[in-house]
Amino acid sequence: MSSLAQKKGVGAVIWDYMTTVDHKKIAILYLISGGFFFLIGGVEALLIRIQLMKAGNDFLSAGLYNEIITMHGTTMIFLASMPILLGFMNAIMPLQIGARDVAFPFLNSLGFWLFFFGGIFLNLSWFMGGAPDAGWTNYASLALASEGHGIDFYALGLTISGFGTLIGGINFLVTIINMRAPGMTYMRMPLFTWTTFVASALILLAFPPLTVGLFFMVFDRMFGANFFVVEMGGNTIIWEHLFWIFGHPEVYILILPAFGIFSEIFAIFSRKRLFGYTALVFATILIGFYGFMVWAHHMFTVGLGPTANAIFALATMIIAVPTGIKIFNWLLTIWGGSIKFSVPMVYAVAFIPSFVAGGVTGVMQAIAPLDYQLHDSYFIVAHFHYVIVGGVVLAILAGTHLYWPKMFGTMLSEKLGHITFWTFFIGFHMTFFIQHFLGLLGMPRRVYTFGADQGWDLFNAISSAGAAFMAIGVIVMLINIVITTVKNVRVGNDPWEDGRTLEWAIPSPPPFYNFAQTPLVRGLDTYWIEKMEGNKKGMVYAEPVGDIHMPNGSILPLIMSFGMFVASFGALYFQDDSKPWTLAVLIIGLAILFGAMLARSLKDDLGFYIKKEDLIEDAKRGGNTDGSK
Amino acid sequence: MAHDTTEKIRSHAEHEFLKKRRSAEMRHQMTSFAIMIFLTLIAFTLVAAGFSTYLIVPIILLLAAVQVVLQLYHFMHLSNKGHGMVAFFMFSGIFVAFITVLALVTIVWW
Repeated sequence: MSSLAQKKGVGAVIWDYMTTVDHKKIAILYLISGGFFFLIGGVEALLIRIQLMKAGNDFLSAGLYNEIITMHGTTMIFLASMPILLGFMNAIMPLQIGARDVAFPFLNSLGFWLFFFGGIFLNLSWFMGGAPDAGWTNYASLALASEGHGIDFYALGLTISGFGTLIGGINFLVTIINMRAPGMTYMRMPLFTWTTFVASALILLAFPPLTVGLFFMVFDRMFGANFFVVEMGGNTIIWEHLFWIFGHPEVYILILPAFGIFSEIFAIFSRKRLFGYTALVFATILIGFYGFMVWAHHMFTVGLGPTANAIFALATMIIAVPTGIKIFNWLLTIWGGSIKFSVPMVYAVAFIPSFVAGGVTGVMQAIAPLDYQLHDSYFIVAHFHYVIVGGVVLAILAGTHLYWPKMFGTMLSEKLGHITFWTFFIGFHMTFFIQHFLGLLGMPRRVYTFGADQGWDLFNAISSAGAAFMAIGVIVMLINIVITTVKNVRVGNDPWEDGRTLEWAIPSPPPFYNFAQTPLVRGLDTYWIEKMEGNKKGMVYAEPVGDIHMPNGSILPLIMSFGMFVASFGALYFQDDSKPWTLAVLIIGLAILFGAMLARSLKDDLGFYIKKEDLIEDAKRGGNTDGSK
Repeated sequence: MAHDTTEKIRSHAEHEFLKKRRSAEMRHQMTSFAIMIFLTLIAFTLVAAGFSTYLIVPIILLLAAVQVVLQLYHFMHLSNKGHGMVAFFMFSGIFVAFITVLALVTIVWW
């Protein structure tokens, strides 16, 4: 009897996921919780559009509207887009480089649970006296004046989930630098791995400024410091700088993995090698590099002076160059390819014009004098939804279809996928295209209602109708997922039949040790090379079958994150005189955290070995055990 | 991977080569150590001699930067093989931090 595969009950499965350090299972956790927060953020978006459906609407009060727009932005950026992309990175990147796991499996799990508890903490604000209401940018002058505990939930929740993201980013960097299979040089890495690498580097360099900013915010609000309090000699603009030094790279952290997913899709469904692979790689690096020199374009109207505005305006326009390089390379990849319009490819083709539209309005805003006109109008709202929905969300939907078979071993329905695509795509353009004109007509963003007869009524109604279409698209997708899961038709290694990279050379879903034998990589698109040379196994092996060393699962990451979660409540109510228990809660939470860390440090965990015989046995049965220890 | 390391038996030539390289390395370390002491002496002398603060502060900052580079390369072996990525990320971090401080100094605090 093999030690690998056993049937498990529901409780055992849940326990398994709570303690897992397997990158593929952590990816599924990211996908589920990111998807859950995506739905919450989507409902918040619908509430906003219902409120703005007609002039003078009183569906939401002004205060509640502020809370909803804040939580919509924060949730969508920090708790939906980023975790879902981290999920894809976790699921696919180690497979693409021929690794058995990420470099630090324990930290991977810790990163997830920190994000999860941070997200839950942030959303608990709805039930505990009101959500944050100073916008997702949380500008200090607004935030410090905000009543109640909403902003405290924001600052502490994002601190916790920010730690998680930072840990995840470092983990991916080390994985890509150290754990590539033999022969996988940097210039043979698939583009999704490259974009994961650059996005992780951006996480590493961009999250510290946010952490510093949030720390200042926490101390200003909860412990009586005055970093941003102008009357006491602080400076409120410093928050804006810290936030945007983080915030601008953050949008590249989102868009680069999206570019990576689309690059994979273009190559697979055009059945062609990526055109200009080298140019794509260097454009990716260049975008990451420029990302740190442009943040003040979010602050043109702050009054930085003409010199600063001019420098940042020029730096911003330069970014259009590497982005343009990418767009042309994708177009030339499609050109002359043997194109197959499966669902992921349809998303990818639709992404190009949508994203270019968002990019063009971006360059318009880079012109500082014009930005004075556009600032804080619906034009801005239209712009960033065009790049984030037209870029990131389309990539997430496309990636879900593309990688679903690899992650779950079943194929999402093409028919329902096309329905999702068309309703979502039409709804997206209906909602946001018209908002450009609302902005040009002078409609300000973040205002909870508007007066009739300013020429805004019809456009707002159209915009709201579009949001309904997007909602229908997402609902169809959920139905698609349920139907596919219930039907449970298993697929083989390479369900799209034109897979080019290593992840398609192994079973779907892969066994928990990924590769029974580490592959030898002989070029870019390694699986494609082997297929073209008639290699039935799909890869050349770099080592004989042997025992594989695997890490043990652990509940400690969850306990550590829970400790921070508890401690946050103590910090949150610290200044309330009516609550004497705060210090105790703070200490208990930190004790849980440090206790778990101590346990981790003192207890040697040497992992376990999968025996060679079990591997051979497993390979005979199809080699996709989902077993775990 | 630590558990993959194998014991290697060196030939005489290899041994000689390593010996030579190590002594060269030692010489470098001693030189940079001497330079550092010297730089520190300059810094102290500047303060003791009572020059204007506007002269002393930039010079000391410059000396500090030189010391950091010397330390990184000669004591922390940044120039050795396999440290390319480490150096790349360190300099990226330094670059981002520098831009940040530069911007805050010129825009906010000037």
